[in-house]
Amino acid sequence: MGVYETQGFRLDNTGKRVVVDPVTRIEGHMRVEVNLDENNVIRNAVSTGTMWRGLEVILKGRDPRDAWAFTERICGVCTGTHALTSVRAVEDALGIDIPENANTIRNLMQLNLYIHDHLVHFYHLHALDWVDVISALKADPKATSQLAQSISSWPKSSPGYFRDIQNRLKKFVESGQLGPFMNGYWGNPAYKLPPEANLMAVTHYLEALDFQKEIVKVHAVFGGKNPHPNWLVGGMPCAINLDGVGAVGAINMERLNLVKSIIDQTKEFIEQVYIPDLLAIASFYKDWLHGGGLASQAMLSYGDIPQRANDYSGANLLLPRGAIINGDLSRIHEVDIKDPEQVQEFVSHSWYKYADETKGLHPWDGVTEPNFVLGKNTKGSKTNIESLDEEGKYSWIKAPRWRGHAMEVGCLPRMVLGYLQPKEYPFIRETIDAVLTQLDVPVQALFSTLGRTAARGIETLYCANLQVEQFDKLMANLKAGDLATANIDKWEPATWPKETKGAGFTEAPRGALGHWIKIKDGKIDNYQAVVPTTWNGSPRDHKGQIGAFEASLLDTPLAKADEPLEILRTLHSFDPCLACSTHVMSPDGQEMTQVKVR
Amino acid sequence: MNTPPDSILLLGIGNLLWADEGFGVRCVEAFNAQWTVPAQVTVLDGGTQGLYLLPYLTAARRLIVFDAIDYGLPPGTLRLVENAEVPRFMGVKKMSLHQTGFQEVLASAELLGQLPEEMLLIGVQPAELDDYGGSLRPQVRARVPEAVALAVERLRAWGVDLQPAAAPSSVLNDDALALAGYEAGRPAPDEAWRMGDLRFHPDAC
Repeated sequence: MGVYETQGFRLDNTGKRVVVDPVTRIEGHMRVEVNLDENNVIRNAVSTGTMWRGLEVILKGRDPRDAWAFTERICGVCTGTHALTSVRAVEDALGIDIPENANTIRNLMQLNLYIHDHLVHFYHLHALDWVDVISALKADPKATSQLAQSISSWPKSSPGYFRDIQNRLKKFVESGQLGPFMNGYWGNPAYKLPPEANLMAVTHYLEALDFQKEIVKVHAVFGGKNPHPNWLVGGMPCAINLDGVGAVGAINMERLNLVKSIIDQTKEFIEQVYIPDLLAIASFYKDWLHGGGLASQAMLSYGDIPQRANDYSGANLLLPRGAIINGDLSRIHEVDIKDPEQVQEFVSHSWYKYADETKGLHPWDGVTEPNFVLGKNTKGSKTNIESLDEEGKYSWIKAPRWRGHAMEVGCLPRMVLGYLQPKEYPFIRETIDAVLTQLDVPVQALFSTLGRTAARGIETLYCANLQVEQFDKLMANLKAGDLATANIDKWEPATWPKETKGAGFTEAPRGALGHWIKIKDGKIDNYQAVVPTTWNGSPRDHKGQIGAFEASLLDTPLAKADEPLEILRTLHSFDPCLACSTHVMSPDGQEMTQVKVR
Repeated sequence: MNTPPDSILLLGIGNLLWADEGFGVRCVEAFNAQWTVPAQVTVLDGGTQGLYLLPYLTAARRLIVFDAIDYGLPPGTLRLVENAEVPRFMGVKKMSLHQTGFQEVLASAELLGQLPEEMLLIGVQPAELDDYGGSLRPQVRARVPEAVALAVERLRAWGVDLQPAAAPSSVLNDDALALAGYEAGRPAPDEAWRMGDLRFHPDAC
């Protein structure tokens, strides 16, 4: 490959190659290879999904009303979001309108999932890229207490409290069972927090671990059960009877009060713990503004959280929809996932076969025919690849493009789209401005790894507020006597057209998610999903355009070439999810990230 | 969450879309169809959920978990693992919340000081995992009744009053995912490609 330019980036794969496989603390299996120059700065990045899957292989011929249950099992993270996208696709295909309450309850489920996912991501998957757990053992609990009290009124902040946590941590570390703290590059010079900030963050890691258990109870109330809540084409499968009693049967006031109390506690936790921690940590990394990648030039969101039921137009969505291309922030393009010219998938660098690989296919016409061939400069063998050849095919992920552009999806695009429309999304504008002012950084700082991480926190706060609003809306509607949660007029396949097709969208916490379905004779004829990490983790296309992960790693310096902390930091900031599951592991098998420098 | 002194979690984990990876879920499904449990016992299809399972785990004093485990034994071999040995056998590489294997869920419970006091892992050595949309292989399926019987025996040893389910009790899964519907609805191989990652099946290339 040598040197070439694309999308304003200069790629150079002549320097030494570093392979990180697998990338840990993500869902699924992912590998990244980078080339470093003599100063250990990343000059080329190759991101690859190493597992193949395909919904079409399991859904073809099945009942479209069951598709949500299968999609809920694809992975352990986006369960509810996949189910929601699926029922929306089927409702779109069959022309089914859902009751207002069903829309509000779905919004509550989705917002709840966002908050849970973002919180767990920040504390349990991403914080450890910024927080040195081992350094926390050296902290002075008294100084930690002063720090905590200076940034928040959260009551758990006494010196004794932090001392207890520190002792617990010490015991845990000394037992040799590092558990979730394994695989860390503790002591790496890229960690910048003082021991006290580390101790505070680790303490809140534990509090968040405990608190996240409460958040998901909302799913159990509305979805009937957890961890795999029930969904329904035509609405939600929960009956409501405000005067009922007990913990089974129709949802009653007692359980709605439980939901209300969780929603209020959640908002408090976000305001008093998550956001202050985010700002405190960010203030030590203000100079580390790498990782922007495509964010300043190409961003996409389908939008989500419809205010009124059955209106999926952009103006009705509380999470913004739109596309930014060519770095022109003054123009927000309309997005329509059913337009065959907009969303297309390419495979010239993916392990699939098209008749003409210079053309992209809209998901309704999607083809998934595997073609596992390696470029001629691949090192190793098909079953043991030492390093990939990015000039050839190199990933199981397809390359989705929006009107031909590689796009970043996720919380940062959503929050930037909100920021650019202050009239429609005043809360987003005001909160981002307040965060920028407090950190004393310019708005361009958003287009970075840290910006993505901050956007996730801001979005969590926004969702916590929306959750309160949506709950109030549900209660008002119920008290006005509207108890409907499902529309089953078109439940029977006899009422369906012989052939039809539809598309459903959501914004998953990690970005734009679409399902496209074709139904024939009452059965699924084709089912395609384009998931967020397909966008962000996309390989190159026939024009050599790189995807968001690849772009985000360019020009980042590594403190130590054999410790890819900065690579993990940036990739984690996208909250990647390469849902695929699973290979069992032998006893004692420890999947430490392997880093190979070649 | 309050932890009553006698609370027990009977948990099946794994991804039912990946052939023998579905063993754990199929075991709780089979258990649930045959037995009625008192309120102290929670029967849970945990799927590939990671931290979502933490509330159930920390609420339990005792845990029985079914799973497919690579013990390096002949396929279809059942093996019991007890207490402190359990985390060691549940690899990090497993699925779930951002690769939060069940081992990490156990470690998180321990960090919180809320690990169940007694744990029993009923594991099977899988025969086939790389078959997306596939079901249990015969030698693994044949061990489900035995695995369920082992759980029943242990629950009774813990003093649990189990009663045979009068009628087929409520299924844990959506019907389409329950074993019979799942298997019957599978598209034919000529309709939908069945192979997983070809790197693990070089002969299929």
